[in-house]
Amino acid sequence: MTFPKGKLIAIMGLSGCGKTTLLRHIGGALKPTSGHIKVDGQILHELDQDGLYAMRRKMGMLFQFGALFTDMSVYDNVAFQMREHTDLPEELIHDLVMMKLNAVGLRGTHDLMPSELSGGMARRVALARTVALDPMLIMYDEPFAGLDPISLTVVGDLIRRLNDALGATSVVVTHDIQESLKIVDYVYFMANGVIEAEGTPDEIRASDREFVHQFVHGEMDGPVPFHYPGGEYRQDLNLRA
Amino acid sequence: MPAAKTIRVIGHRAINAVWRIGMATRFFFLILLYSGNSFRRFHLIIKELFSTGVMSLIIIVVAGLFVGMVLGLQGYETLKRYGSESALGVMVALGLVRELGPVVAALLFASRAGSAMTAEIGLMKATEQISAMEMMAVNPVARIVAPRFWAGVVSMPLLAALFSAVGVFGGYFVGVVQIGVDEGSFWSQMQAAVDFREDILNGVIKSFVFGMAVTVIALFEGYDAPPTAEGVSGATTRTVVQSSLAILMLDFVLTAMMFGGN
Repeated sequence: MTFPKGKLIAIMGLSGCGKTTLLRHIGGALKPTSGHIKVDGQILHELDQDGLYAMRRKMGMLFQFGALFTDMSVYDNVAFQMREHTDLPEELIHDLVMMKLNAVGLRGTHDLMPSELSGGMARRVALARTVALDPMLIMYDEPFAGLDPISLTVVGDLIRRLNDALGATSVVVTHDIQESLKIVDYVYFMANGVIEAEGTPDEIRASDREFVHQFVHGEMDGPVPFHYPGGEYRQDLNLRA
Repeated sequence: MPAAKTIRVIGHRAINAVWRIGMATRFFFLILLYSGNSFRRFHLIIKELFSTGVMSLIIIVVAGLFVGMVLGLQGYETLKRYGSESALGVMVALGLVRELGPVVAALLFASRAGSAMTAEIGLMKATEQISAMEMMAVNPVARIVAPRFWAGVVSMPLLAALFSAVGVFGGYFVGVVQIGVDEGSFWSQMQAAVDFREDILNGVIKSFVFGMAVTVIALFEGYDAPPTAEGVSGATTRTVVQSSLAILMLDFVLTAMMFGGN
């Protein structure tokens, strides 16, 4: 897989096919047993801890349910990386936090605690935190999971706009085919840990590959069977032939 | 082959226990390695001192008062048989400062603060807050674990000292105010018999060691907890059980080393 600079790429596939595992490899949380991941010219698994942490400062990751720090306010969550990694004065951090929160439309929530936010708002605050240090690579793990239709559109639109505004590269792991195809530049389909299909959103929509067709149209049966493999049905019901 | 299966299960558990002890030891050294960061940002330790130490004050004070009162009552009943009621102050003070203060305060600390630490860190792991921190290039052991460790190590001796002090007043209340033991002999004999180095300092050393043990167990269990509701609840239970056993075993070892029947 290649993720060109400035592009928004979606990785799709069934649950358990290895999408999130791939994100964890890109973030350096896991080491590959074979092959390698190269980010900004550096092979991740060859970096020591300092090198990996230096690389991670250029990355941002939005977790499935936001993963906001529950003991900190919205403001402190967004300011967290700025305080940890920079020596910026508090006045400047304040302005930057407000700008980031304004970009996701939640400037007015800076005093709130994460427990006071709805799921969609928490995801947007987490997005503001993810882009706090203007990363060059942004990873999204199921950013649309559990969102209402309005929040889903808002988050999708923000992902596209933030990627373009920062000139970053974004990788979105998602099941939400319709929302993703509206915003991404390129799609990879994964199954059982390998790339099953790839293409632009238009190519994916027009694809006649059975797996892609079943996935895009949400069909119950196809290459991905409805039934999980099991024993003989009659035998499970204790029926004699 | 039930016998073979039993041996296999015992062997598996033994290997698992040794593995966990090894991991906990490695975790302890990691905490020490990353502690410098915590001391440079002391406000993190102060924040944890509040939730670990200050929030444990009520249970420590109330328990100390009642343990002291019980000690006063029981001590009086025993000493009366030998006509030594005036030594009640010595008995209460030595019992608390040498043993009951450090041990009971540590047991209460493990139940209140230790379990809270495990649950908090376990839930942070389950909600991916620790992974998020790692992805932000912030070391969670330095940022989350080390400040809590030092807060626990500092607050434990202070809580044990408070427990003993309140317990002495509990013993005074029952022995002197309620039963009528002579107030002068209660305090003067206590002052004469309690040695600073031999009794008080040894008690402080005990509570310091207990604080380290409880905090490392609590933090390790939280950090190592499976990221599920069942995993966190199991880790919290293990913290209380293992901490309590560790406190009692360490107490025997330390008492043997400090007092040893000489």
